[in-house]
Amino acid sequence: MTTDVTTGVSSGIEMREAGITAEERYFLASQWQLMWRKFKRHRLAVVSVTLLGILYVFAITYQFWVPYGRLTKHEDYLSASPSRIHLFDTEGRFRGPFVYKLDGEIDFNTFTRVYTEDTSQIHRIRFFQKGESYRFWGLFPMDIHFFLPEEGGVVFLFGTDSLGRDLFSRTLAGAQVSLSVGLVGVMISFVLGCLLGGISGYFGGATDMLIQRIIEFVIIVPTIPLWMALSAAVPAGWSPVKIYFSITIILSIIGWAGLARVVRGKLLEMRESDFVIAAKVAGSTDMQIIVEHLLPGFMSYLIVHLTLAIPNMILGETALSFLGLGIRAPAVSWGTLLKDAQNVRSVAVQPWMLIPGLLVIVTVLLFNFIGDGLRDAADPYK
Amino acid sequence: MIGYIVQRLLYAVVTFWFLSIVVFVIIQLPPGDFLTSYVARLEQEGDIIDEAEIEALKREYGLDATPVEKYVRWFGRFLQGEMGRSFEWNQPVGKLLRERLPYTVLLSLITLFFTYIVAVPIGIYVATRQYGFSDYLFSVLGFAGLATPNFMLALILMFLFFKYLGISVGGLFSSEYALAPWSLGKIWDLFTHLWVPIIVIGTAGTAGIIRVMRGTLLDELGKQYVITARAKGVAEGKLLFRYPVRLAINPIVSTVGWQLPGIVSGETIVAIVLSLPTTGPLLFMALINQDMFLAGSIVMFLGILTLIGTFLSDILLIVVDPRIRFEGKT
Repeated sequence: MTTDVTTGVSSGIEMREAGITAEERYFLASQWQLMWRKFKRHRLAVVSVTLLGILYVFAITYQFWVPYGRLTKHEDYLSASPSRIHLFDTEGRFRGPFVYKLDGEIDFNTFTRVYTEDTSQIHRIRFFQKGESYRFWGLFPMDIHFFLPEEGGVVFLFGTDSLGRDLFSRTLAGAQVSLSVGLVGVMISFVLGCLLGGISGYFGGATDMLIQRIIEFVIIVPTIPLWMALSAAVPAGWSPVKIYFSITIILSIIGWAGLARVVRGKLLEMRESDFVIAAKVAGSTDMQIIVEHLLPGFMSYLIVHLTLAIPNMILGETALSFLGLGIRAPAVSWGTLLKDAQNVRSVAVQPWMLIPGLLVIVTVLLFNFIGDGLRDAADPYK
Repeated sequence: MIGYIVQRLLYAVVTFWFLSIVVFVIIQLPPGDFLTSYVARLEQEGDIIDEAEIEALKREYGLDATPVEKYVRWFGRFLQGEMGRSFEWNQPVGKLLRERLPYTVLLSLITLFFTYIVAVPIGIYVATRQYGFSDYLFSVLGFAGLATPNFMLALILMFLFFKYLGISVGGLFSSEYALAPWSLGKIWDLFTHLWVPIIVIGTAGTAGIIRVMRGTLLDELGKQYVITARAKGVAEGKLLFRYPVRLAINPIVSTVGWQLPGIVSGETIVAIVLSLPTTGPLLFMALINQDMFLAGSIVMFLGILTLIGTFLSDILLIVVDPRIRFEGKT
C-alpha cells in the first residue's frame, strides 16, 4: 500500500515508508487516487463497472459465445420461442443441460407456428464444440463455439425471428455495434467539445460569442428530428462500415455541445487564477497553458460528463436504427433487431423480440450508475 | 431588463438563422435533386417529358443557381410562408403542416404541463423522506424511466393493453371521430386517447425533474435557516413551503424551456410508433421518400417551436429571478 503512495508523490521527496500513517497517506494521495478511493466505496458503481466490462468482453468476442452465425437461417424454426434448457429428463434423471427436439406445426386457427417439445428425443448441450466456421475478428478462421447442442438439435436462448435467425446470436452480434457506437461517438464529441469549448472559453470576445450561439443552437434544436433528417441522407449503397461511421458522426454532431459548454464554463473560471497568470509570465504559449495547466484541472468533470453522454448516444443509435434510418441490414445492432418488433401484432406473437431492448435499458442503466459514482468521486466536497 | 430582452431576442434571431442554414443543407443533402426524381417518377408512370420542359422547370425552381443563390431564394420564400410543394402528397407543404402541427404543439405543451404537475410534488415528497421506501422506489423508477427508450415504452404499453385488455392504443381519435368535424364528443375522444402518448413522452422528463427537485430541495433543507426556523418552532409544513420549496423550484421553473426540445424530440418517434396524426410520422414518411421540402420544413418548424419555447422561458426568468430583473441598475 505504501509503495503506490510514494509513486504518487514527486520523486524528489524522500520518505521513510514505515512512518506513514493512514492520515498522511490521505493527504499525500494524488487527485486520481482520492477519486479512485471514493469510487470504490460506491458499491453500485463498482458492480456496474464489472457487469459492463463483462458485457463488452462478450461483445468483442461474440463469435465464440454464440452457437450460430448472425445471418444463419433455420428454416424449420421460424418465430420459435426461446428454448427451454432442461437438466432432468421426464424420469427425473440428471442428464446435464439439454434441450428436447422441437416439432413445429401450423395452427390453422391463428395461422401461426406452434412448437412442441418431443420429450422422447434429447439433445445434450456440449461445450467447446466445432460448429459453423467463422473468421474471428475477420482475421483468424475458427469453428469452435462455446456451446452447441448435439447433432440434429437446436438451441435458441432468445428464440428466433420470423426468418428463423437465432436472436441470441444476433443480439450478441448487435452488441458490438450498439456498445461501440457510444464510445466512438463520445470520443468524437470529446475532441470537438474540448476544442470548441476550449477556444471559446480561453479567447473570449467575438469567437466566444459565435461558438456560444452555435452551442445554444445545437442544444435548442430537437435532436431526433435532426438526427433522422441527417441520417436519411446517408446513401443506401454505402458499405456497413461507412454507414456505421456516418451514423456515429451524426450522433456526435449533437453530443459535443453540452461538453463544450462545461469546458467553456470551467475555463472562464480558471482563466483568471493565479497559476495561469504565473504560467503566462513564465512565457508559456496559449496551447501549453490550455493543455498542461487547464485541461488537467477539470479532467474529472469531463470524464463524468462523458460517461453520462454515452447512454444518450446508445439510445440515439437505437432509435435511428429502429426507424430504419441508422444501421442497416445485413449489419445488426440492438436497434435494427427491435425494428422487427415495430407493431403490436408482432410483439404480441413474439414478445421475445423485445429482449434486445431490455439489453439497451440495462446498458444505459449501468452507464448511469457508473456516471453517478464518478460524479460523487470527483466532487471534492463529498 | 429591456437590454436583457433585446439581447435574448437577438440571440433567438441568430439561432433562427443557423436553423435555416441547417435545414437548407438537409434539403440539399440527398443525392440528385427532386426534379430528377420527379421526372423519373413521371417517366415510370408512362409520361413523356421533353428536354425543353425540364429546362423550364429547372429555371423555375432555380436548380442551376449556386448554393448561396438557392439558399437566399429558398429562405426568402420561406419567410413569406411559401415552403414549396410536397411531391409525395402533391400538396403545398404549408397545407400539410397546418393539419399536423397544431397536434404536435398541443401534445408537446400538455406533456410539458403534465411533466411538471407530476414531478414537482413527487420531488418534494421524496426529498422530505430521504432514504425512505418512497425515495428508493422513485429513484428506481426514475432510473428506469431515463434508461428506457420511449418508443420501447410505447411498444410495451401497446403490447400490455393488447394482451390483457384486448384494445389497441394508438392514434389520437377513435375511427368514428377521425374524419368527423369538431364536436364535444370529438374533444372528449381526443382526451381519452391523449394520455398514453403523454405518459410515454413525459416519463423521461418527469424522472429528470424529480431528481433535480429532490437534489436542490435536500440542499436547501440542510441549510442553517431551516434549522433556525425549526428551532424556533415553525410548523413543518409552513417551514417546508415558505422558503426551501420556493428556492428549490426556481431553477426548475426557469429552465422550463430546456425541457421542450426533449419533448418534441420524443414526440417525433413516439408518434411514429403510436401512429399519431402529428408531424412525426409525416417527417418519417417524407424522409423515406426523400420528399425534402416537406422534411426540411418540418424540422424547421419543430426548431422554431423549441426556439420560441426557450425564448419565452428566458423571459420568464425575469419574472422569477430578481437578480436578472435588476441587473445593471445597482
